[in-house]
Amino acid sequence: MKGITLKIDGEEVKAREGMTVLKAAQNAHIRIPTLCYHKKLEPYGGCRLCMVEVESRGSAPRLVVSCLYPAQNNIIVRTRSPKVDRVRKTVLELLLAHAPNSFELKELGKEYGADESRTGQEPSFCIHCGLCVRYCAEVKKKDAIGFVDRGIHKEIGFVPEIASKECGKCKECFPLCPTEALQAAYIFVEALAFPGQGH
Amino acid sequence: MCSHQDLETVRQEILSKRDSKKPCISICTGTGCLASGAGEVMAAFTAEIESQGLKADVDAKGTGCPGFCEKGPIVVIYPEEICYLEVKPEDVAEIVSQTVKENKVIERLLYVDSATGEKAIHESDIPFYKNQERTIIGNNIKIDSKSIDDYIAFGGYTGLAKALLKMTPEEVLDEVKKSNLRGRGGGGFPTGRKWEEARHAAGDIKYVIVNADEGDPGAFMDRAVLEGNPHSVLEGLTIGAYAVGSHEGFLYVRNEYPLAIENVLIAIEKAEEYGLLGKNILGSGFDFSVKVHRGAGAFVCGESSALMTALEGKAGEPRPKYVHTVVKGVWDRPSVLNNVETWANVPPIIEKGSDWFTRYGTEKSKGTKIFSLVGKITNTGLVEVPMGITLNDIIYKIGGGIPDGKKFKAVQTGGPSGGCIPERLLDLQVGFDELTKAGSMMGSGGMIVLDEDTCMVDVARYFLEFLTDESCGKCVPCREGIRQMLKILTKITKGKGKPGDIELLQELAEVASEAALCALGRSAANPFLSTLQYFRDEYEAHINEKRCPALACKELINYYIEPEKCKACTTCARKCPADAIIGGKNLIHMVDQDKCTKCGTCFEVCPDRFAAVTKLSGVPVPANLSEDQRVIVREVREAKAS
Repeated sequence: MKGITLKIDGEEVKAREGMTVLKAAQNAHIRIPTLCYHKKLEPYGGCRLCMVEVESRGSAPRLVVSCLYPAQNNIIVRTRSPKVDRVRKTVLELLLAHAPNSFELKELGKEYGADESRTGQEPSFCIHCGLCVRYCAEVKKKDAIGFVDRGIHKEIGFVPEIASKECGKCKECFPLCPTEALQAAYIFVEALAFPGQGH
Repeated sequence: MCSHQDLETVRQEILSKRDSKKPCISICTGTGCLASGAGEVMAAFTAEIESQGLKADVDAKGTGCPGFCEKGPIVVIYPEEICYLEVKPEDVAEIVSQTVKENKVIERLLYVDSATGEKAIHESDIPFYKNQERTIIGNNIKIDSKSIDDYIAFGGYTGLAKALLKMTPEEVLDEVKKSNLRGRGGGGFPTGRKWEEARHAAGDIKYVIVNADEGDPGAFMDRAVLEGNPHSVLEGLTIGAYAVGSHEGFLYVRNEYPLAIENVLIAIEKAEEYGLLGKNILGSGFDFSVKVHRGAGAFVCGESSALMTALEGKAGEPRPKYVHTVVKGVWDRPSVLNNVETWANVPPIIEKGSDWFTRYGTEKSKGTKIFSLVGKITNTGLVEVPMGITLNDIIYKIGGGIPDGKKFKAVQTGGPSGGCIPERLLDLQVGFDELTKAGSMMGSGGMIVLDEDTCMVDVARYFLEFLTDESCGKCVPCREGIRQMLKILTKITKGKGKPGDIELLQELAEVASEAALCALGRSAANPFLSTLQYFRDEYEAHINEKRCPALACKELINYYIEPEKCKACTTCARKCPADAIIGGKNLIHMVDQDKCTKCGTCFEVCPDRFAAVTKLSGVPVPANLSEDQRVIVREVREAKAS
């Protein structure tokens, strides 16, 4: 494996080929906030919170998602900049409109100065990070939960036939959810489709 | 067929069986004309030819779309090329007995120039066609879209034969690079460079793909090409495959295009039968096959990585990868994706050479481009124009201007990701970079003309509403950003906008364009940004004065009857569905604003000679008149009575 050296926030960081910028930063204990990232899962690139600024070979800095962007030799990464912070602030404002009580979001919101009163509140709780869906598919290989519909109508949904058999004994996705919308969805489907069987 | 000679022999055979003097009736059976009754017209022709015993002497065929959809169904009678518009089944007997048999022109079916009153007999005399350069769709009306023989008779597959038998893949690649052909799907990426990257990418298995997932509102360029001339797309795809080193192709077509799917499946079957697809094409040793994949109705699948994900059988969501799809695309293999029109441009480039292609165009945009010209335009339809033509020429010379004496306001190009171009920029030359510079984009070729009655805030709202449904919903700046933008825009059109809304919209737009995952999200704010750039005053009027300058936003207008103009004809009172007209015999009518649902019926039915109903916006409605003030004294009648 070829060694790579890149600069993150002024600090020289070593990485291996195939590693993402996020991973390289995590290894060097440099914090980049994430919502849809999970170390056991394929990177998703959905929440856009982990965006950082990258400069390579003298080109103008550009925004990339660090959970997907491959670490390369000699690139300069900035995990904070006015641009990065603005994106994170807006993303958090947009998400707080859905999940105003999420502890994780509130903490991040405070850090980036998110003002949730700017966006029209529309609590639906799920922020579509897909952790539950992807964990069930990639780690558990059960596909008991999936996304339904698209655009603003996109929702998570349990497949009752699978969920009634698999979920009661597993529930490993529950702690992954940053908003607890997942548990609500589960209780809802259990009550409607297989009351009392999910345990 | 297993050699170039074979192809020529087949072509000569087809041609020798044809008599160029034999009358041939071409009936457009593209989707547009079918919707206006071309199926019945076609059936009537078949029956009429049969009943007049002319089956051996006259040909009749269903063809692809020649573009003039406004005047469909279109019938062209060869060899004279007499063009009849808006043909109905009851005209058919006359056409056969008069035009086909007697060579007489039926005046009432000809094109009439509404400005000059001049009639045009031949297709090429119609101003709509005269100013076009139809290298791609020009043959549509001549070719039976279900017949490979017809395509071959008109020179089809010559380009493929030349590429496979006389050129190396590198030479084909060079020719396409020299032509400067750029992606017609909207991105404008140089096609040759895309092919080259895929050719040099590692891996034995490579794919070439046709993007026929056309989904922009009001756009139907690709549908017309695929329906009307499917072989031209297959030929281009095969040439591309040869240049890239691919042996397997996909045609991703939206399932909402049943006729395109039908015609392309027939075309593939026939091409395989003729040895123009499959193993050892034309004896060249080159193998290539094509599979048709039907889309499941997601606009976002027009985006390249989403389309490729869908091809793999997964939900059509864009993939956020920093490796290009030409290197790692479908199943992580090098994949070249080009849109229908791009592929259809390839055969003539190879056949006639890149110099022929670069005759047209601006410095950086060469060739022709098909646009679907729709909206508030006299000649709705499909137009193919040389790059570099001005918007003015498209809208006025080809499109015939704005109907009903209305004023032009803007032209929306590039679909939901594009933008609006105002009147003062109408001299703009059409080209990829030129349109982008003006804040819009070429896109795949949608061109929606807007007149003075169109509210620009509402236009932005409309496109964002479209995108809230069509976003895949994966990334936050797109899914949530568009949702919030739509909310704010809707409020503004309802008169509930507040200071600061524009700035918030701009901020959301900026984050979407910088941080969204795919091209759809990154360009989603364009309809807002370009309308703001050129029509900021309209946004401000909505927010600050609660006024819609175009008098289009329902919540911001009131219907009002001008007392001095009302003649108490009672028409509006009788037609009002909400019973909101305070009428009465010989009494000036008034709108009861509390009951009015703003349906606009009174405005429409008030006789033009009175034109008493007006729309008010941003001003208070004058108080109702008292009963005495409303009495209309009919002078003439009074005089008679005394």
